[in-house]
Amino acid sequence: MENRNNRAWLYLLPAIAFLGVFMVYPLFDVLIYSVEEKFNFASQTFTGYGLYNYRYVLRDPYFLQAVKNTFILVIITVPLSTGLALLISLGLNSIKPLRKLYQTVFFLPYVTNTLAVGLVFMILFKKTAYSDGLINLLINAFGGQSVDFIDGPYWAKMLVMCLYTVWVVMPFKILILTSALASVNQDYYNAARVDGTSRWRIFTRITLPMISPMIFYLVITGFIGAFKAYSDEVAIFGTDLNVAGMNTIVGYVYDMLYGNSGGYPSYASAAALILFVIVFTITVINLMISRKNTL
Amino acid sequence: MKVVLQHLTKKFPSRNKKGEDVIAVNDFDFEIPDGKLIGLLGPSGCGKSTTLNLISGLEKPTEGKILFGEDDVTALPPENRGVGLVFQNYALYPHMTVRQNILFPLQNLKGKDRPSKEEMEAKALEAARLVQIDKLMERKPGEMSGGQQQRVAIARALVKRPRVLLLDEPLSNLDARLRLQTREEIRRIQRETGITTIFVTHDQEEAMSISDMIVVMKDGVVQQIGKPQDVYDSPVNRFVAEFLGTPPINVFEGEVEGGQLLIGGESVLSVPGAPDGAVYAAVRPEGFQLDEAGAFSCALRQIEVMGRDTSIVFEHPARVSANLRAIIPSEDRPSGSPEHVRFRLKSAKVFLFDHTTQERIPFDAEA
Amino acid sequence: MDYEIVERRARTGERVRKTVTYVLLSIWALIVLFPFYWMLLSSIKSYSAYNAERTPALFTLAPTAENYVTAFTEVPLARYFTNTIIFTLATTGLMLCVIIFAAYAFARLNFRGKNLLFSLFLALMMIPNELVVITNFVTITNWDMRNTFWGLILPSVTSVFYIYLLKENFEQIPDELYKAAKVDGTSDLKYLFKVMLPICRPTVVTVIILKIIECWNSYVWPRLITDDAAYFLVSNGIQELRENGFGRENVPAMMAAVVVVSVPLIVLFLIFRNKIMAGVSRGGTKG
Repeated sequence: MENRNNRAWLYLLPAIAFLGVFMVYPLFDVLIYSVEEKFNFASQTFTGYGLYNYRYVLRDPYFLQAVKNTFILVIITVPLSTGLALLISLGLNSIKPLRKLYQTVFFLPYVTNTLAVGLVFMILFKKTAYSDGLINLLINAFGGQSVDFIDGPYWAKMLVMCLYTVWVVMPFKILILTSALASVNQDYYNAARVDGTSRWRIFTRITLPMISPMIFYLVITGFIGAFKAYSDEVAIFGTDLNVAGMNTIVGYVYDMLYGNSGGYPSYASAAALILFVIVFTITVINLMISRKNTL
Repeated sequence: MKVVLQHLTKKFPSRNKKGEDVIAVNDFDFEIPDGKLIGLLGPSGCGKSTTLNLISGLEKPTEGKILFGEDDVTALPPENRGVGLVFQNYALYPHMTVRQNILFPLQNLKGKDRPSKEEMEAKALEAARLVQIDKLMERKPGEMSGGQQQRVAIARALVKRPRVLLLDEPLSNLDARLRLQTREEIRRIQRETGITTIFVTHDQEEAMSISDMIVVMKDGVVQQIGKPQDVYDSPVNRFVAEFLGTPPINVFEGEVEGGQLLIGGESVLSVPGAPDGAVYAAVRPEGFQLDEAGAFSCALRQIEVMGRDTSIVFEHPARVSANLRAIIPSEDRPSGSPEHVRFRLKSAKVFLFDHTTQERIPFDAEA
Repeated sequence: MDYEIVERRARTGERVRKTVTYVLLSIWALIVLFPFYWMLLSSIKSYSAYNAERTPALFTLAPTAENYVTAFTEVPLARYFTNTIIFTLATTGLMLCVIIFAAYAFARLNFRGKNLLFSLFLALMMIPNELVVITNFVTITNWDMRNTFWGLILPSVTSVFYIYLLKENFEQIPDELYKAAKVDGTSDLKYLFKVMLPICRPTVVTVIILKIIECWNSYVWPRLITDDAAYFLVSNGIQELRENGFGRENVPAMMAAVVVVSVPLIVLFLIFRNKIMAGVSRGGTKG
């Protein structure tokens, strides 16, 4: 028996070691970093403990801009992508021929490198000396004015940002919702049809309640994912997001870390913890709402 | 190979910390003669599967010894005991073909025990032939019926020529027809190979029909060991009497007074030699004989014609069992549906049990 | 007859609905596919032709492979590629070893503290990567592992989620199989590799594919840990191209690079479509 005990720990050793070094220890470490004032990475010294880092981050205009951007992105993309995905999944579930083909096509963005496709999006929206870009030409064709979506006004940039984010997160949502819809027992629909229930009523009274757990799941994961937005932004606006005014909270964390002088891990830690608190709070609120609605 | 179980006891620590140990098997003492087929029988949770696991070595006994022939195997790990094990859900490796499944135990052998490739193939084919699945060697378990899968499992257990073959509820997952067929098959295979076989089941009909001997267990304690017919004809206590037989035995509150058995105040049978006092009187369904002058009177509920036999469902105020039922030959069945019927009891089919100990009270059956 | 009218109306309604559905689905398909089409199209236009188009043409009559040559010769695209393959294979391989043994221990072995440890593992699933990346960056820097493969690989060779997934799958294997193997004299390790893993192959394959996708697309950690282009992965390479390009703004060559980077995963997806989609719906998230 003792022998078995030891063997189990031996098998678990690599996992425990890696998790310990790269997950558990950092968790405590990040807390410590965030309260070490005036930490200097090069000399590994600090002046004392306190909340200065948090104060600094919360007063940093770049951070406030990042928070604003992130919140706008979350508030627009999560409902938009979830609603759109629901619509598309309903469409997918109501057809037979070509369904597999559509499903395959719709899933493609999931397996592509977001940096790579982001570059294409940028080219499509960008206004250069040679050309206004394809999207602007479309706008012109409908009688609109060209806009510089990449280096232009804030809302134009935010629009591209949101569009690309939706494009990226749709595959996962469509996949989940299609399988949720497909798993609703067909008997309910048959029963409702025999009773002469209208399509809208079937949707609101049968379909929606049946798949509501999955919708809540998508909303919760969607919120978490959108709050951590970063690489999609880099793909479109480049690595210097602060200059573009398009930084996100996670972007701010990385920028703080990636300084030439070794960075400011204390500020990064404080920002990361603030992000964690925001995400955690919103997830708890989400969970409370979903529990109330599903019970 | 005879198998000897000496005072075998297995205790499991209780789930909650303060509770007492659970005794799964209590002082099992028995010698299984060489080449016999033994049925271990009892309701679920009676310790029969644990007994099997002890014999196979998957579990270690808390006390007692296990001997195969003259060898004490109590401390041996399962792979060194030379046992074959067959499970209720077949436990075939789903990703391997029938051939690979049967070869698997042989491939585990090491050193000089390990046969050559050709020998292995030959042995596998021989085992497959024995259970008549040699035509299906390249199939995967998922492509076969339950009966076929169970044959493969038996072949896999037999291929390394085990000293003892253990079958754990081997028929329970099969449908009624296959069950009948497979149980004859098991009997045939056991006879042909002559391997001492122990076979666990909760189905008494199954156990009685193919076993040389049956062991009835309850709550970890062996109740009775004997030839199936002997156990049926002469149960040692009320549990064994009730557990064996379909339809089940009918139990009544009764009393013995001066060598007479009274049920519901009526004297129904003379039981010379039985002491006076309250008893449980149990009558096998076939122990009732329709007789207008019979001593046992009861209210008729229903008559079910089953072809050769007729089953009479009746009611009696002294009833203990949930249902009362008599089986009589169809030609004797009452005409019409009278409200009351009268039976004569066959004394060989009537057992008396002590009211407190539930033990059998013997009496001299009349000629 | 009234019935006929009702029937005809129902049929027309159905047809209209179907048409609208197909049109809407096709529009979304177009939106999804268009960027891919555009990168492919731009990548086969010549540099001069592309820059001469004030109104970009939706097709080209003079396809050229020159951009692909440029992409591989003027920037170390092949090096990025090799790096990514090494990184992906090494990370996935190491991770498999780590998670298989951990899942096996949790599913098959009994040891003191098992439940407590497993609960701790599960709790770790809730920790966002952003929170630990700071310390990991410092750790790897202190270990002098910046700009090395070890620095890239080490932090991502364990995944609590995959351990959990595999453990659940291991536990679904009936106990009887283990007993049968024991009676047949199979050692625990042989049982793991000969029985458990083959039975759980679908899950293992899913885990492998998901990990490959994750590795191939990883950007944030490699960017932190490498600033030497000799260790860039494809994502960083693409970003490098975007910022510094080919010495001049060469969109067709960029697009050629983007195509080259995207193709392996798309091919992988088309081969394992069902496995990937099933795997993602079971446990993947984006982000």
